[in-house]
Amino acid sequence: MESDTSEAKKAEPGSALRRNFLRAIGAGVACAGVWMNDPLQAAPPAAEAAPPDIPGYDWRKHKWAFGVDATRCIGCLRCVEACKAENGVTQDAHHFRTWVERYVYLEGDEHARVDSQSDPGNIAASDSQQAFRFDNRYASAPVEKAFFVPKLCNHCTHPACVQVCPTGATYQTPDGVVLIDHSYCIGCQYCVQACPYGAREFNHAMGVTDKCTWCYHRITKGLQPACVEVCPVEARVFGDRNDPDSPISRFIRNNRVSVLKPQTGNAPNVFYAGIDKEVS
Amino acid sequence: MIGTMAQAAPYVGYVYPNETDIPWSVLIVIYPYITGLVAGAFIVSSLYHVFGMERFKTVARFALLTAVSFMFFVPVPLLFHLGNPQRAFNAVLTPHWTSAMSAFSYVAGFYICLLLLEIWFAFRADIVSLAKTKGGLLGRAYRILTLGSDDVSGKALAIDHKFAFALAVIGIPAAGGLHGYVGFLFGSLKSREWWSSDLMPIIFLLSAVVSGIGLLVVLYVAYSKFRKAALDDACLQGLAKTMWAFLTVVLLIEGLELLEMFYKSLEGIEMVQRLIEGPIRYGMFLQWGLSLMVFATLSYLILTHASGRALVTGMFASGIGMMLGVLAMRWNVVIGGQELSKTMKGLLIYYPEILGHEGLLAVLFIFLCPFIVLWLVTRFLPPWESKARKEVSS
Ligand code: SF4
Ligand code: SF4
Repeated sequence: MESDTSEAKKAEPGSALRRNFLRAIGAGVACAGVWMNDPLQAAPPAAEAAPPDIPGYDWRKHKWAFGVDATRCIGCLRCVEACKAENGVTQDAHHFRTWVERYVYLEGDEHARVDSQSDPGNIAASDSQQAFRFDNRYASAPVEKAFFVPKLCNHCTHPACVQVCPTGATYQTPDGVVLIDHSYCIGCQYCVQACPYGAREFNHAMGVTDKCTWCYHRITKGLQPACVEVCPVEARVFGDRNDPDSPISRFIRNNRVSVLKPQTGNAPNVFYAGIDKEVS
Repeated sequence: MIGTMAQAAPYVGYVYPNETDIPWSVLIVIYPYITGLVAGAFIVSSLYHVFGMERFKTVARFALLTAVSFMFFVPVPLLFHLGNPQRAFNAVLTPHWTSAMSAFSYVAGFYICLLLLEIWFAFRADIVSLAKTKGGLLGRAYRILTLGSDDVSGKALAIDHKFAFALAVIGIPAAGGLHGYVGFLFGSLKSREWWSSDLMPIIFLLSAVVSGIGLLVVLYVAYSKFRKAALDDACLQGLAKTMWAFLTVVLLIEGLELLEMFYKSLEGIEMVQRLIEGPIRYGMFLQWGLSLMVFATLSYLILTHASGRALVTGMFASGIGMMLGVLAMRWNVVIGGQELSKTMKGLLIYYPEILGHEGLLAVLFIFLCPFIVLWLVTRFLPPWESKARKEVSS
């Protein structure tokens, strides 16, 4: 767990941003007034913050985004396990940075039957809260339509979590990632409440909130997020929207994409292809 | 603080995997509850200090002490709940102003200062007289508390009165703000269907006043029995009417809100209905049952111009009823909101821990503290009309 914090600290520019906060306080209340003036700009003007100390990485030059092709996902859950291993996520069935939902319509069903890898039946199937699998409950059922939907933090353009964080521990970076400074978070969980997508979870061992970072420590070194890396069917797509030839730019261009719960105004940056009306 | 997760919440339907770890425990139920009691008690004192309603004079100063004793403990459940309480000051040092929560320490701090100041002015004459009569350590404490001003001439007292009045005037919007703010903390979250309502601050505020008056009635009756002092009928009748008026509006707004919700029947309304019939059914039963019973009792007391024993009994029961009813309402909002899954496809069930720093025992302990403090404070600064006070003021 400890190594996780320090690793995250290396990659995440939290301390730099905080110095900026302190400077802002020093500069007086005027600064607060500026933040209040633009209700949609939930985060303080991050572009002014000192860039993170990552060799060869300039966070002003990227605009990261994520794609999910639900028509490809086979529900193998390698992504979920890879994420937990990569990021030291609590090893149980109640804390995830990413998860997969299964939607099944049996003949005549009006609404989908939904479950995730955390469902007690699925936990029983793997007999473990560390290795995950979907059980075979529909093996002999008259399935009419079924698909899997991977979920993760949407790194929203207008993140509700950043808006409500009382300390600024949760912040948005200029490259479009929403991060948490674990050394500054007080563990109030207001952000957990505010996220409409259930993307945040609480790390009880550290007393802080945690969530997907799109593997910020990897992407800033030119690597893919762990879940994208391990997906055997390329259901997960990641890249830089500033680059028209990146996988994500092509994904958004070549598919009719949608986002989850657009009515919240959060403006997610995870784009979905192949989901249907029941998915939210 | 190193913690472990409380029991994972069982659920029906589909909920997001992370939701089984319920974020806000029963501690966050008593946070708005205690704040509400403060606001209510303060309003009663203002009815005398600002609106000059003489009948509330008997309890006005006691109400102030009640408000401050409870106010001291408003931040405690919040601190107990934090994952890293030692960092709580981060929110004070680098407040992130788009967050409603970042203003908490400022709002609460301002309000405590205001209360302390108003109490000082309201009690200054007593403090001066006590400083003169008491010896030893206690006498010294009183002498320090006079802050070097021992002038109790008519002119000086008139100035005291002016200040107390001004502070009470500021206090009304402050008390309203303090509690409306708590409602905003919940109502402003678009992620939760059960919270996201424009009416939340109003409902919180009005029910707070009702519960605070309830608390004051209960304490007033209990103290008077303890002191073997006679209860003031006019004061109790006034409290009955005030409580009745606020309760009427609360019932109306809450009722209309539910009606609107079901009339509009937006997507997911079935789950809202199942929430009310399921996880929070006892809470709803208590909230509405007690509110309606108290409403009936108060209506009866007012219509029959009740006095004496009947009035005292009726008001005491109404006070207890409203304290419990509003506590149930806080539970229904805070816990109910989290039991309704953000998927709108499932319901969770929250079981509070008994032990542990977020358990029921901790909550009980936190809630008892203000009563103990109030008892000590009233020993130190007797709020009732005493011989000493009358001598000084004459
Ligand atoms: S999905 Fe939730 S946690 Fe992620 S940025 Fe959006 S509001 Fe914040
Ligand atoms: S839990 Fe941490 S990150 Fe979330 S709102 Fe509170 S201080 Fe901010």
